[in-house]
Amino acid sequence: MSAAKNININLKIWRQKNANSKGSIETYKLDNVSTASSFLEMLDQLNEQLINERKEPVAFDHDCREGICGSCSLYINGRAHGPDTGITTCQLHMRMFNDGDTIYIEPWRSKAFPVIKDLVVDRTAFDRIQQAGGFVSVNTSGNTIDANSIPVPKVDADKAFEAAACIGCGACVATCKNGSAMLFVGAKVSQYALLPQGKVEATQRVLNMVRQMDEEGFGNCTNTGACEIECPKGISLENIARMNREFLKASVK
Amino acid sequence: MKLDSKIPAGPLKDKWTDHKNHLKLVAPNNRPKIDIIVVGTGLAGASAAASLGEMGYNVKAFCFQDSPRRAHSIAAQGGINAAKNYQNDGDSIYRLFYDTIKGGDYRAREANVHRLAEVSGNIIDQCVAQGVPFAREYGGMLDNRSFGGTQVQRTFYAAGQTGQQLLLGAYSALSRQIGLGRVKMYNRHEMLDLVKVDGKARGIIARNLITGEIERHSAHAVVIASGGYGNVYFLSTNAMGSNVTAGWKIHKQGALFANPCYVQIHPTCIPVHGTNQSKLTLMSESLRNSGRIWVPKKKEDAEAIRAGKLKPTQIAEEDRDYYLERKYPAFGNLVPRDVASRAAKEVCDAGHGIEANDTNEGVYLDFSTEIQTKGKQSAYAKGNHNPTPEEITALGKQWLEEKYGNLFTMYQKITDENPYETPMKIYPAVHYTMGGVWVDYNLQSTIPGCFVAGEANFSDHGANRLGASALMQGLADGYFVLPYTISNYLADEIRTGKISTDSPEFLEAEARVKDSISKFLNNNGTKSVDYFHKKLGLIMWNKVGMGRNEKGLTEAIAEIAQLKEDFYKEVYVPGSADELNPELEKVLRVADFIELGQLMAMDALQRKESCGGHFREEYQDAEGETLRDDENFKFVGAWEYKGDDISREELHKEELKYEEIKIAARNYK
Amino acid sequence: MAKSALLKSSIVKKYWMALTGLFLCLFLAGHLAGNLQLIFGTSQQFNEYALFMTTNPAVKLLSYLTYISILFHAIDGIMLTIQNKKARPVGYAKTDGSSSSLASRNMAVLGTVIMVFIATHMVNFWAKMHFDKNMPLVQKEMDNGMGQKQIQLVGTKDSQMPYMQLDQSGKLSKEFFETIKMQTQGQYDLEVQDMTKIVNKKTGEVIFEGYKDLYKLTVDFFKDAKYGLFFTIGYVLAMLALAFHLWHGFQSAFQSLGATSSKLTPAIKFFGRAFAIIVPLLFAIIPIFLHFKK
Repeated sequence: MSAAKNININLKIWRQKNANSKGSIETYKLDNVSTASSFLEMLDQLNEQLINERKEPVAFDHDCREGICGSCSLYINGRAHGPDTGITTCQLHMRMFNDGDTIYIEPWRSKAFPVIKDLVVDRTAFDRIQQAGGFVSVNTSGNTIDANSIPVPKVDADKAFEAAACIGCGACVATCKNGSAMLFVGAKVSQYALLPQGKVEATQRVLNMVRQMDEEGFGNCTNTGACEIECPKGISLENIARMNREFLKASVK
Repeated sequence: MKLDSKIPAGPLKDKWTDHKNHLKLVAPNNRPKIDIIVVGTGLAGASAAASLGEMGYNVKAFCFQDSPRRAHSIAAQGGINAAKNYQNDGDSIYRLFYDTIKGGDYRAREANVHRLAEVSGNIIDQCVAQGVPFAREYGGMLDNRSFGGTQVQRTFYAAGQTGQQLLLGAYSALSRQIGLGRVKMYNRHEMLDLVKVDGKARGIIARNLITGEIERHSAHAVVIASGGYGNVYFLSTNAMGSNVTAGWKIHKQGALFANPCYVQIHPTCIPVHGTNQSKLTLMSESLRNSGRIWVPKKKEDAEAIRAGKLKPTQIAEEDRDYYLERKYPAFGNLVPRDVASRAAKEVCDAGHGIEANDTNEGVYLDFSTEIQTKGKQSAYAKGNHNPTPEEITALGKQWLEEKYGNLFTMYQKITDENPYETPMKIYPAVHYTMGGVWVDYNLQSTIPGCFVAGEANFSDHGANRLGASALMQGLADGYFVLPYTISNYLADEIRTGKISTDSPEFLEAEARVKDSISKFLNNNGTKSVDYFHKKLGLIMWNKVGMGRNEKGLTEAIAEIAQLKEDFYKEVYVPGSADELNPELEKVLRVADFIELGQLMAMDALQRKESCGGHFREEYQDAEGETLRDDENFKFVGAWEYKGDDISREELHKEELKYEEIKIAARNYK
Repeated sequence: MAKSALLKSSIVKKYWMALTGLFLCLFLAGHLAGNLQLIFGTSQQFNEYALFMTTNPAVKLLSYLTYISILFHAIDGIMLTIQNKKARPVGYAKTDGSSSSLASRNMAVLGTVIMVFIATHMVNFWAKMHFDKNMPLVQKEMDNGMGQKQIQLVGTKDSQMPYMQLDQSGKLSKEFFETIKMQTQGQYDLEVQDMTKIVNKKTGEVIFEGYKDLYKLTVDFFKDAKYGLFFTIGYVLAMLALAFHLWHGFQSAFQSLGATSSKLTPAIKFFGRAFAIIVPLLFAIIPIFLHFKK
């Protein structure tokens, strides 16, 4: 391990009082940041400094701080979840930065993700897409068939899992030049399309989820592939292709 | 107050079936007339809300996160237990029941745990039907692995993200109900008080975290599924937002709080690295299937490692102390969590710790043996019966990557060290709280109509929870227990009609909440919320942590009482009440943590025995193992709130009866 | 599913982009094969090919399909671009393009460049070929048997007369037709129809059919003393834009149609990239070749 050291940085952070007000980029100077700190711990440190100066701390979404809840959502130096791949912002560490660096921190930008305050955005559009069809219609019951009664080929189960690993953070939308949510929707559609349990409702599911996705105001996929690169869970573009396929199948049915 | 656990009569294995058959029902046409509030959308909350919505009740679900999918159940890594016996290794409902009771150090209710084991199989069936992509074998059947405290393979998993997959399953069921309009979801809402009318739970006061509006919500029953209180320690594996407020508020309204001192310290977390650290990261227990835990035998080697003069790979095999294998040959590295954690503390206290932090606390989790073993197996499986050492190593690493790739990557991102090449550094961290709101067999608290599920209640894990059992309990409560027991309660509510939120009780509760918010905002102190939270955490970790003693606990009680005073005097909260204000959210949570912290110390002090996660240094056997006192402490300690001064809380005891299991000293040797 | 979804849904828009795009790739391949005759064929071959392409009914149908595809591809592309711009009303202060290729991010710009190119290309060649009254016809300098050189139009294979004489100035002049009319006592009253045909008005009989000299037009265009180099450079740049457009677009079409598989996709990607390099490169070589040809 490279030994931790302290660095001084300049921060350019989007500040916006609430959804209705106009925001702007503000500049802050933060000294003595340990390179062993996570990026969010650096923001904690900034907030502690702001509170001590009787200024309003920066609001940002975060929760589990271990890369799985999908809350954190920062656009750092022009990249979703910052200058590293395969991680969320909370897993980004300050050792990725150098002394004297200027770091831009902005919220996800998308019509479907309006800013609530500072760096916090509203991602309930994803929930509504899920509500439109991201489920198997099975009621709770102690009498569902035994879990092993339908064998599922390991390849399919593994692919379904890889798609289901999506944490719903919205980095795909944030990074896509079109603000498209197709990686998110594609992953959900794929997970179910790959499993026998999900196949029953496959037709309706893909049509409904895509309809909702369009209604939310997300942009359209132009296959730039940026989402796949920036996705902290490495969800593959293959899932978008599968959704396209499923949609085609469903459309001609 | 007499605690009635309402455990049904009859033979243990028939209790739940019998009980279910005699519970009252609410007819489908009456269910839409009944409102239910569910607070929390983790495994227990989401599964309960989805199931109750499906049944036809009007459900309102609340979570403080921006989406129900982000509840902290999502972070569970390793797996979920179920007595399916798919691996033909002699597993059964009874064995799962027995392992769980024993793992809990004989401090859990037999009837509850047996019910848990009974429905465990249904959970897997239900989840698979929902499209949860569990790991499978090449034949298409579900795969299993082992976890601590068991000698069978009964843990179902989805790579290192089982909690995520299960929660997304429950979330999908919940989403379906929201889409159908049967559940109304309130994201970014925090419950700040419970409203009681005529002694019954009739609603909650919640704050809309975006607008700051204080809202009154009424219901015929309230389910609290808000998780555990590990964040009392500031540093824990819990999410930053995880809090005890919902549980603590109902405690203040009359629900007893049971066994608060039972805290699970998870043995395999990444050690603390610095003062600005905000949270600790868990490395799944499943790693103990493949990793061997050790520290240097010689103190001077440990010192040299801490000073950066030696690398762990330079320590010769004979100079390594694989202390778990040495002390517990039968279970080895797979002893239960409390045992593994304590053993780590012991070797570090003795000066063998390897992490260069303030406390030198850290031990190695080494995969080199596994790399060789699995590498050789893989080579043979590929038909190569004369593999070179390089081939073996490469194949072994490949095997590890397939099994634990995401965990290894996570470790590397956080620590900047490559665990394929050098052993992981780990140390115990606060992970799960077995204690919680006291509930009866029906999961109802001492407040009628107020039910508590999942980690928020105290019911199933005794003094220590076995790995992969939390997910099982959360889903069991939400899918298979609450829907029955809550209907039994609601059967008497079909004539109640809509409950007004304009009653004096609601207005009073609302005023209480508003008052406390405005007090904090106008306090004009000088110190941030985190300042106090960190202080509390330090007291708790040092004196109410892995090793506890009378002196430390007594000091802790006084220190926390003092901290509480300072907190109310000195805390500064910026911003206003009518906006998104994370500092305000924090201050309200920390206020409750401080009070609970004091109660935890009191509970630990009164429990003059060692059991599971509660280790009193005064009560250990000759080999340093926990020494229970079954004669005097075979009870659930449930505390009753008696006003602002926590030290006045009153202890009630629910005697634990063991009819099926012969209670014995826990032995993993 | 609602019928309108076939037009409105975001995914269907992708299908249309993909289908029209792939069709246009086919068109490119065909067009290239024809154009390469400018280098590897004779002027006659090329002009015969040009004639075939403008008269064959099947080719006509195909060409209409091509026009529609181009239009649809462009309009759908513009609609998508507008929708995509709307999806991010507030942009980022700082961006970093490292996670996607330049081509993939700029398909609309590249498409616009290509569209402008297609428009000028059609004005310069297609429109002249179809509508320009001054479009040169294929001519040949011949000995008239009296030691005199004379310029004659060359007839197509189906033409009744293999050649048609022109007047001194090399034109089909009215005077010349008058002379013939007089010489034949009014039997042959000739007139030019459809730019290439010489018809006897009396009988309606086509006595001569020449064909347009697209080869000459093309060579002259790129060899133009004043603008030839400029045209050549413009053409090459447009082909560069096309290369980038195809680099992303070819494989992207298969992705949009969901035509992917672990075995096929690498092959499609490889083929797409090869196509994106080879086709525009060959296209671009032609004007360079013509420009510098002695």
